[in-house]
Amino acid sequence: MIPLPPTAPPGVPTSEALASDLGCFPTLEQYLALVASFKEDGFELCADLCGVDYLEHPGRALPEGVVATRFEVVVNLLSLSKRQRVRIRVQAGNDEARVNSLFDLYPGSEAMEREAFDLFGILFDGHPDLTRILMPEDWEGHPLRKDYSVGRVPVQFKEAPGPR
Amino acid sequence: MSDLHVRSAERLDPLTVETSEGAQGLQRRDFTKKSELGREVGAVLRAHGLMLDPNDVDVERQDDETMIINMGPAHPSTHGVLRLMLELDGEFVLRTKPVIGYLHTGMEKTGEVLSYVQGGTNVTRMDYLSPIANELSYCMAVEKLLDIEVPERATWIRMLMAELNRISSHLVWMATNGMDLGATSMMIYGFRERELILAFFEKTAGLRLNLNYVRPGGVAADLPDGWEDDVEVICDTIYERTFEYDELLTGQPIFRLRMEGVAPITAEEALALGVTGPVLRSTGVPWDLRRTLPYLAYDQVDFDVIVGTYGDNFDRYAIRLNEIRESVRIVRQCLEKMPRGDYRSQDPKVTPPPRARIGESMEALIHHFKLFTEGFAVPTGEVYSAIESPRGELGCYLVSDGGPQPYRLHVRAPSFVNMQAVPLLMRGGMVSDAITVISTIDPIMGEVDR
Repeated sequence: MIPLPPTAPPGVPTSEALASDLGCFPTLEQYLALVASFKEDGFELCADLCGVDYLEHPGRALPEGVVATRFEVVVNLLSLSKRQRVRIRVQAGNDEARVNSLFDLYPGSEAMEREAFDLFGILFDGHPDLTRILMPEDWEGHPLRKDYSVGRVPVQFKEAPGPR
Repeated sequence: MSDLHVRSAERLDPLTVETSEGAQGLQRRDFTKKSELGREVGAVLRAHGLMLDPNDVDVERQDDETMIINMGPAHPSTHGVLRLMLELDGEFVLRTKPVIGYLHTGMEKTGEVLSYVQGGTNVTRMDYLSPIANELSYCMAVEKLLDIEVPERATWIRMLMAELNRISSHLVWMATNGMDLGATSMMIYGFRERELILAFFEKTAGLRLNLNYVRPGGVAADLPDGWEDDVEVICDTIYERTFEYDELLTGQPIFRLRMEGVAPITAEEALALGVTGPVLRSTGVPWDLRRTLPYLAYDQVDFDVIVGTYGDNFDRYAIRLNEIRESVRIVRQCLEKMPRGDYRSQDPKVTPPPRARIGESMEALIHHFKLFTEGFAVPTGEVYSAIESPRGELGCYLVSDGGPQPYRLHVRAPSFVNMQAVPLLMRGGMVSDAITVISTIDPIMGEVDR
C-alpha cells in the first residue's frame, strides 16, 4: 500500500486493493479533490472509469465509515513515472446517482463517463456532452442496471411445434 | 437535472432530426454548445496548462462555409461499423465526431449471466483480432480473485500464444493499412502470413479466431506434437518477410508522403486522452505493460520496447512493424525456454478431472458435470487486471459477489479509449488523411462497442 498524496483531502478512507497499490473511498465532495491530488502527484493517466450497480449485492466489504450506496463509480488511475495504480471507488448515490466529471482533469475520461451514463444512468456534473454513446438515442432505460432484465431470443427446435 | 448538460431525444435539434442518432451526432456549429466545441477542439489544450476560452473557438468562421458529412458506418476504410461525422471546409476537416455503438451487443451484460468457465467464450469475441489478449486479461482477473497459481508451462504457453496473436493482429493492421493507402499487395501479403498463425491456432486450440484457449487456471490444451517445428517456420517466415514489407512500404514514396508528418500527436495530448499502446509509444513514451508492469513471464525474456519520436502516422506504422520483429524474438525465446509440466492448474476447483477418470469414478463424473453446468464460485471481491494488448492497455474489472457468475464484468477496451484521439488527429487534415488516421489508430469495432 502506498500513502495518499500530500495534497489529498483529509479523512479519505483507504484500503488494500487487489492487483493495485491503493484503494480509496472518497465521498462525493472529496472525489474531485482527491483525483486532482493524485494527478498532481504524478498519476498521468486515467486508465479506466466504470460504473457498478450494487443493487443485488449490497453487503460488500467497505472500510469503516463508508456508506454503501447502490451505484458506485470506479476509477483506475495509472502513474507512468512511478509505475503504480490506484483505484478510487466513490459511492455515487442510490436513486439519482450523480458525481463530478473528471473531464477537466483527464479529458480522456469523456467517453468512459458517457458510457457509464449510457449504461447505468449515472450523471456526471461538468461533462461537456452527456449523451448516449453505445445505445441508440431513443433507448429507454439503462441496460447494465441490475433491474434491467437480459433479453431473450426464443429458441425454436426443429421438431418442436411452432408458435402458431 | 435541469442544470446538467444532458441532451436527450426529446430536445431534438434542427438538422439532426432526420438522422436516427439525434443528439449523439455532430451538431451544426451554431447549435453546438461552447463547452462541447471546447471539448472537440480544445480539451487537450488544457493538458498544456492553458485555459481554453470557450468563446475563442473558430468564431470567425461562418456556418454556411462548412459542410457536415457522414463517413460510414458502412465505409470500407472505417474497419468495421464506425461512423464519423466530419465538418469540412472544402477538403479540410474541422471537427470530427465518432458515432459508435453500431456493433454494441451488450457483452458486459452477457458476461453477468455466464459462469466464469463460460466467460472466456464471451470476452474472446470482443477484440476479434487478438482473442488471446482478451482471454488473458479476463482469466488473470479471475485467477487473482481465486488466488490460484498457474503452472509455469501454462504461463509460457500463454505468452507464446499472446505474442503469436500480437503478430497476427499487427499483420492484419499492416494489411488493412496498406489497403487504405492503395497498397493492395500489402493486403494480400498481410493476410497470407496471418494464415500461418491461424493454422497454428487451429492446430493448438481447434479454432482459428475465437479460441477460448486461455482458461482460468491455465490453458485449454497442451501444445500439439511438433509445435516447435511449426513455430520455427512461422518465426523464420514472418521475420524474413517483415523486411519485404519494409521494402514494399517504407521504400514507397507515395506511402511515405501520406504517412510522414501526417496527424501528429504529442505525448501530453496522448496521456491526457488516455491513449495507450503503439499510439502512445509513437510519441516517445516508453510505456509497455510487458516491460513496465510485467505480467506472465515477460520479465524473463529479452525484448525491446519500440518507441517513436514524432507521433505521426509513420511512427505508428514503424512501431507496429518493429513490434512484429520483437514478438518474433519473444516467441523464439518461448521456444527455447518452454518448461515441462502441467498446462493447467491441478487445483480441482477450476480444473475438471482427466477424461480417463470420468469413465471409472462417479465422483469424477459429478465433479466434471458440476464444473461445466454450475461452474465454480469465486470469493467476493473486485479486481482490475491489465495487460498490453496489440492496441494498448486492455483491462478487465471484475466484481464477484461470491457466486459462480461475475457480478460485474467491465472491459477497458484500448480501442474505445484511443478513439477519443480521432477528432484531435483529424483536425486540420485532409479527408484523405482522415482515412490514414482511422487506420493508424487501429480501432477494432467489436472492442469499441462490446
